[in-house]
Amino acid sequence: MSQKLFEAVIGLEIHAQLMTKRKAFCEAGVDADALPNQRVGIVSAGLPGALPTLNREVVTLAAAAAIALNCRVASRTIFERKNYFYPDLPKGYQISQLAFPIGSDGYVDIYGEKSEKLRVGIDRIQIEEDAGKLSHTGAKTWVDLNRAGTPLVEIVSRPDIRTPAQAAAYMKTVYNALVFAKVCDGNLEKGNFRCDANVSVRRVGEEKLGTRTEIKNVNSFRFVEKAIDFEIARQIALIEAGGRVVQETRGWDAGTSTTYTMRVKEDAQDYRYFPDPDLPPVVLSEGWVKGVRDSMPPLPDQIVAELQQRYGLDVGLARTLGADPKYYQFFQSLLTADAGLPADLVAKWICGDLSHELKVYRKEVDELPFVAAQLATLLGLVHEQRVSAQNAKKLLRLLFDQPQVDLPAHLREKGLEQISDRAQLGAWIDEVLAAHAAAADQLRAGDLKIFDFLQGQVMKASRGRANPVLVSEILKEKLA
Amino acid sequence: MSFKELVRSLHSGETDFLDYALESREKSLACQRETNAFLQVFDEAEIERQVRHAQGLVAAGSATALTGVPVAIKENILVRGYRASAASRMLENHIALYDAHVVQQLRAAGAILVGTTNLDEFAMGSSNETSYYGPVKNPRDLKRVPGGSSGGSAAAVAYGAVPLALGTDTGGSVRQPAAFCGVVGYKPSYGRVSRYGVVAFASSLDQVGIFAQDAVGAAALAEVIEGVDERDATSESMGTLSLESLLTQPYDFAGAKVAMLKETLNTRLDADVSAAWGSVQSKLFGLGAHLAEVSVPAWRYALETYYLLCCSEASSNLARYDGVRYGHRAAGITDLDDLYAKSRAEGFGTEVKQRILMGTLALSSGYFDAYFKKAAQVRRVLVNQMNVLFKKYDFVIMPTTPTVAFPLASLSSGTMEMYENDVFTVGVNVAGLPAVSVPAGVRGLPVGIQLIGPRGSDEKLLRAANRLQELIA
Repeated sequence: MSQKLFEAVIGLEIHAQLMTKRKAFCEAGVDADALPNQRVGIVSAGLPGALPTLNREVVTLAAAAAIALNCRVASRTIFERKNYFYPDLPKGYQISQLAFPIGSDGYVDIYGEKSEKLRVGIDRIQIEEDAGKLSHTGAKTWVDLNRAGTPLVEIVSRPDIRTPAQAAAYMKTVYNALVFAKVCDGNLEKGNFRCDANVSVRRVGEEKLGTRTEIKNVNSFRFVEKAIDFEIARQIALIEAGGRVVQETRGWDAGTSTTYTMRVKEDAQDYRYFPDPDLPPVVLSEGWVKGVRDSMPPLPDQIVAELQQRYGLDVGLARTLGADPKYYQFFQSLLTADAGLPADLVAKWICGDLSHELKVYRKEVDELPFVAAQLATLLGLVHEQRVSAQNAKKLLRLLFDQPQVDLPAHLREKGLEQISDRAQLGAWIDEVLAAHAAAADQLRAGDLKIFDFLQGQVMKASRGRANPVLVSEILKEKLA
Repeated sequence: MSFKELVRSLHSGETDFLDYALESREKSLACQRETNAFLQVFDEAEIERQVRHAQGLVAAGSATALTGVPVAIKENILVRGYRASAASRMLENHIALYDAHVVQQLRAAGAILVGTTNLDEFAMGSSNETSYYGPVKNPRDLKRVPGGSSGGSAAAVAYGAVPLALGTDTGGSVRQPAAFCGVVGYKPSYGRVSRYGVVAFASSLDQVGIFAQDAVGAAALAEVIEGVDERDATSESMGTLSLESLLTQPYDFAGAKVAMLKETLNTRLDADVSAAWGSVQSKLFGLGAHLAEVSVPAWRYALETYYLLCCSEASSNLARYDGVRYGHRAAGITDLDDLYAKSRAEGFGTEVKQRILMGTLALSSGYFDAYFKKAAQVRRVLVNQMNVLFKKYDFVIMPTTPTVAFPLASLSSGTMEMYENDVFTVGVNVAGLPAVSVPAGVRGLPVGIQLIGPRGSDEKLLRAANRLQELIA
């Protein structure tokens, strides 16, 4: 009830780790699995006399990210120092960008449940270095600097998002673009793609923005939706109870699905940004930007167009497949496994039944227990009408439980092959018509609704094996 | 002994490498006792090891002008395996894990590193009195300061302990002590020498500089340490400097266009400085140089601009000294803020703290536009105005300092009086220019006259400085 009187204004700051071999400004390598403090050069350790030098690969990948998100790539970009003290920040400042970020004024389009489009603006994309990692045991704190200096891009959206679902869709869309562009490896568990959400609420019709809170470090699409959902409800409840939202930084507790206060604005720091005197400005020519653009793999929008043109998929299917690099890859590996499969059949199965099962099994498409060729075999059986849709779904579930199963052999053994033999089908139909004489009469008298019932009875008699198209055809003949 | 004569003597075998290096070591120890110029004098085994390497270069036919030449290193330049304290309690126990670029170059050329020299803490000061290890005495008058911040290196060369020494020059820290101690001090164009392995004070102003008895010695050392280093993103290619050309093509001041800045002419000068300055002007005039008074309005703000920029950068550069990974950590701390506050309160001296505070203020929101941003704007104006000037003139000339070396403990650090000592030197760093201070005293205490050229003109500048020095002698 009260939710309708309020609307939320949401903006996301996404941090995506760039896939470089070396750190952003240090000769040390990037390796999340190394033992603590085994990937620390003199720059990442902040030793006296150490000077940061720019890893050019960082600029190339950040420019690719900017292009993938429809941003303008700066012709001149500078690095600035963000000064603050923390044990995970060895130099006492983070190298970041403020005044002249590498990318600005971009957007992504997201689609709602009814395919309605929302364009979310991207204010800026900036290059920055990650901090180290702290861990605590009892009264002791341990510092691991392996991650310190790892290159990131921070992608700052405009406050164009209004609902938690849109926020998740936006995060997913940006994720897909960066993974497709091979800018980020997309490993959510390792925190290689994470976001901070800025959330405020205001009464519908109100122009002025409400006081916002920032939820830090959310690293899944599901959590971002839940966290914002919780935060909106919390803020509305607060206002309705006559309270006031405090500008603060909040954490997300996945265990309780709640947000909690981390820092209030009163301790907000003055970061004293200024241009880093150790790093000269980087000038990017139009030719260089074009070179980056030309060497990029196809992006989601291009893939959606290709799926429609080359494979004849309808726009909905194309968008679902094209939006997710993993789905698109799986689609291609199925067609590689069996070139004879019709693309739309494959696409429908991936976006329909497979996607459904993945949700049930809580798995990602690159975590399937069975190989692509197994599913290609199953779809081949469907395509050749050797198995009914109903039984094919059961076989898909079987693949999750017995990934190695020999499907054709299983079909034969269990007698599940679809039956298209007209004589056998006719016999089952006769049986059903005899058993349900009254219903048959009703149908003959013009009650067409009863047709589906009779057909269902035939399918049941065949234990799901009967070819439904032929059953319908023969049934009509017999009743005519 | 002139540098040319030293090289001849070493290369001819007249002077034995080891004897000479060990003699330099002994003099360094004596210099340490008398003036406190050295913080570390390396042991005999270390010296001998380096001499063998130098002899190996000679045997292999790859000796350079620096092979076998003893050099002292300011202790904010990293020498692997030795303490790099920057004369701060903060780094009292910090042993360098790697060699600075300039040290690598010296080793490759066969120079003999004799020891490290005293300095103002983190190179912040103009008298060498802010050092955690105590002040340095001026070898020309033990009651006076040697200047700063590279006071130890200047004193080491003036004392005769070493023929060459490295310093760093952020706002005059090589030229001013060179002037006070009566030796040559050369500050290269910004970007000409890699800062890799140099403890940063103010990154956009810091440059490694050279002390020598004459411009030839400075050029010989410059030839070795200059050049692009990919580990310092601000290092730039500016052509190579040739010692050969210095020796074979003496600079001719006839027809040279030399500018004197109007903005500097009303500064009150000590009598000794005034006398030397007048003498140099008339000698240049006698050689046929065209001396002209030129106005560079932005120079008037050089001092304020310099202190805003250097303090701002220092406040950030020195943030890494937090007691967490290395350096001084206070005992009995209660929490993280306490660790930071106590370690930094104990580890840094007063001058360093004052500059960190000023820099932090200049970068803070609400002050940034009025201070840091304004200073950065003035800097651009000064660079432009100097570029315009150098379209018409070969050099700018002025005294290096308004005064001669002042008595120890006569000026308090962190006061305007102390900072005003840098009034002639800081503009050079703000504009990124090369400059050489040449000893020009005509009576009593040493005086330095400073020759400034356009960025990248280092070779011509050293040739002219060499000629100027010959002229004065």
